Amino acid sequence: MTTTLTPRRSRPPAQPASLRARRLPGYAAPALAALALLVAAGIVYGVDLGGPVLVVVLGAVLYLAGLFVAANAVEGRRSARNRFWSALIHSALVLAVLPLASVVWTLVSKGTARLDGDFFGSSMNNIGARDANGGAYHAIVGTLEQVGIATAITVPLGVLCAIYIVEYGRGRFAFTIRFFVDVMTGIPSIVTGLFVLAFWVLIVSPWFNDGQPGFSGFAAALALSVLMLPTVVRSTEEMLRLVPAPLREGAYALGVPKWKTILRVVLPTALPGIVTGIMLSIARAAGETAPVLLVAGGGAAINFNPFENNQSSLALFVYQQAGEASKYSPARAWTAALTLVVLVLVLTVAAKLLARRNRLGR
Amino acid sequence: MGETPHRSAHAGTGGHPVTLGHERSAGASARVAEAPVSPRTPDDDRGLGGGGGLPRARAFGAERAFRGVTLAAGVAVLVIIAAIAVFLIAKAVPALRANSANFWTFEGWFPNDDPPTFGIGALAFGTVLTALLALLVAVPVALGIALYLSHYAPRRLGTALGFVIDLLAAVPSVVFGLWGRDYLVGPVADLSAWLNRYFGWIPIFGDGPYGNSILLGSLVLAIMVLPIITSLSREVFLQTPTANEEAALALGATRWEMLRTAVLPYGRPGIIAAVMLGLGRALGETIALALTLGSTYAISFNILANGGNSIAANIANRFAEANETGRGALIASGLVLFAITLVVNITARAIIYRRREFTESAA
Repeated sequence: MTTTLTPRRSRPPAQPASLRARRLPGYAAPALAALALLVAAGIVYGVDLGGPVLVVVLGAVLYLAGLFVAANAVEGRRSARNRFWSALIHSALVLAVLPLASVVWTLVSKGTARLDGDFFGSSMNNIGARDANGGAYHAIVGTLEQVGIATAITVPLGVLCAIYIVEYGRGRFAFTIRFFVDVMTGIPSIVTGLFVLAFWVLIVSPWFNDGQPGFSGFAAALALSVLMLPTVVRSTEEMLRLVPAPLREGAYALGVPKWKTILRVVLPTALPGIVTGIMLSIARAAGETAPVLLVAGGGAAINFNPFENNQSSLALFVYQQAGEASKYSPARAWTAALTLVVLVLVLTVAAKLLARRNRLGR
Repeated sequence: MGETPHRSAHAGTGGHPVTLGHERSAGASARVAEAPVSPRTPDDDRGLGGGGGLPRARAFGAERAFRGVTLAAGVAVLVIIAAIAVFLIAKAVPALRANSANFWTFEGWFPNDDPPTFGIGALAFGTVLTALLALLVAVPVALGIALYLSHYAPRRLGTALGFVIDLLAAVPSVVFGLWGRDYLVGPVADLSAWLNRYFGWIPIFGDGPYGNSILLGSLVLAIMVLPIITSLSREVFLQTPTANEEAALALGATRWEMLRTAVLPYGRPGIIAAVMLGLGRALGETIALALTLGSTYAISFNILANGGNSIAANIANRFAEANETGRGALIASGLVLFAITLVVNITARAIIYRRREFTESAA
């Protein structure tokens, strides 16, 4: 192959200076950026098109164009493309970091306003539009209970389903289950809420609730478990597939039956990864508003019983406070949002750290 | 491995029996030895290989039971999906029968009136429009960041930023909705006024009042799905075999050419999966849109003016006031959303499964 490789363009005879391709000097990029900004400012303020934001945007566009032209003239087309795309990719980062940073900043600065004992120690019961106090105790209780029940339902079901797919399932049927687990990942949360509304709240619960639809925390937990199930199945499935085959074969060789191999050898090996997946799905479920809104009822009082009467949740509390007219409700909404984000992030960080310690890396 | 690893009584006789007669004469002692463990008849010995004195799979053993339990869990998934469709249909049909307007074309939502009238057209339109606009904004930016994190940033910075992006992907949507409603409204209204002033001749940049518009909803959605698409596609890009990248660089490719020839083609199924997941999220997003859209019931391409609606946001907004028919109507709209997302998902999965066969890439 080496003999057939001929250069496309004939170069001048080898001389150290001309062997190196011509390159834009190091100061070219910043100089171009400054020039682009100046030109943009001139255009924007000269024709009176808009404000400083437009100057930056137009400046960025001019900089990209100028960089391409300059590099094209000095370094050639391929290098110009390289520089252009590199600049574009870097600007994508800036473009995305701005709003995300704004979200985080707003959350922290607004959320700390009501971060007091009262917020975590009281509910919204008997809190009128003119009362500045009131808190999210009932919502925190609701979130913990609903997510707890949902986890208790989902984890056994999801892990067993994953075991079936990986260890026992064969052929078309297992493939179908796998396919529909994938499809289930994409079911919107509001649809699971509607499903539990139609199935549990409107049809099943009236049997033992004097014919009245029974909104409850348990219904919310059902909806959340439908949401969590595909995540748990998928992550468990991936982890089980990572367990090395020799471990299984060793157990079989010792005469251990298959079910015992799965429970005593395969599951413990994959456990950290499975726990990571479960924690991530819990974090997602804790932040869901829509299903809770439809089936939990959203009461303002503290209710420890998830099987009877309305319950709220942190996410629902944020939504309710966001819709209220009281001038004190935005502060409550932001503080509840901060609490919720902290809860979710703690779970996520713990899950990621656990994943890092996992010996079954990809 | 279907059952307990299979054994039969022929180990002592040298493996698989050649003839029935041979098996009977030579295996007699072995059968006696294992009789107390699992009694069986001679014609039960059809198995492969050998190994005396070991139990075979029992009809009612722990193995069967465990297998049955896992099978039940697997079937439960199918049952749940079927149940979602069945119960939604069961509750939607009475409301649809009571509806005196055309469900597909009527622009309005009055299911509590007598006679009830409601239509899905404007809602479905708004759902698809906001989701597509959001993806249009989010996907290029997300791919750019993913490429930066995987191939441009210094390793430490890339890992740290990737971790932050993963965390942002976990932030609940209600937080984004609240932020959009309280803080993004102002800048977006300014942007709308500016777009209308200079690009008003394009129909989508019509006159306002500016505020809770489709543009605002789409931008909030875009910011929301951005971390999700970024973190998924970053993982895909990181999985590109180093050999492919080094081969491209060794052939003299610039960094962009290396990305284009080695990284992007390898990651294509993963990118499609990430985008489809983002689309699914955007289509089903409820609270962020309920807080930012203007809740009107008209099909309008003017993305700047107050208005816009989506199926999910409409359910969240109108649920509290709904009566029996109203709930049925909302469930019917949810059924349509379910169908839309199901089609999107199945298409996406079909693409990924087919592509995976060719590229053997993780998706």
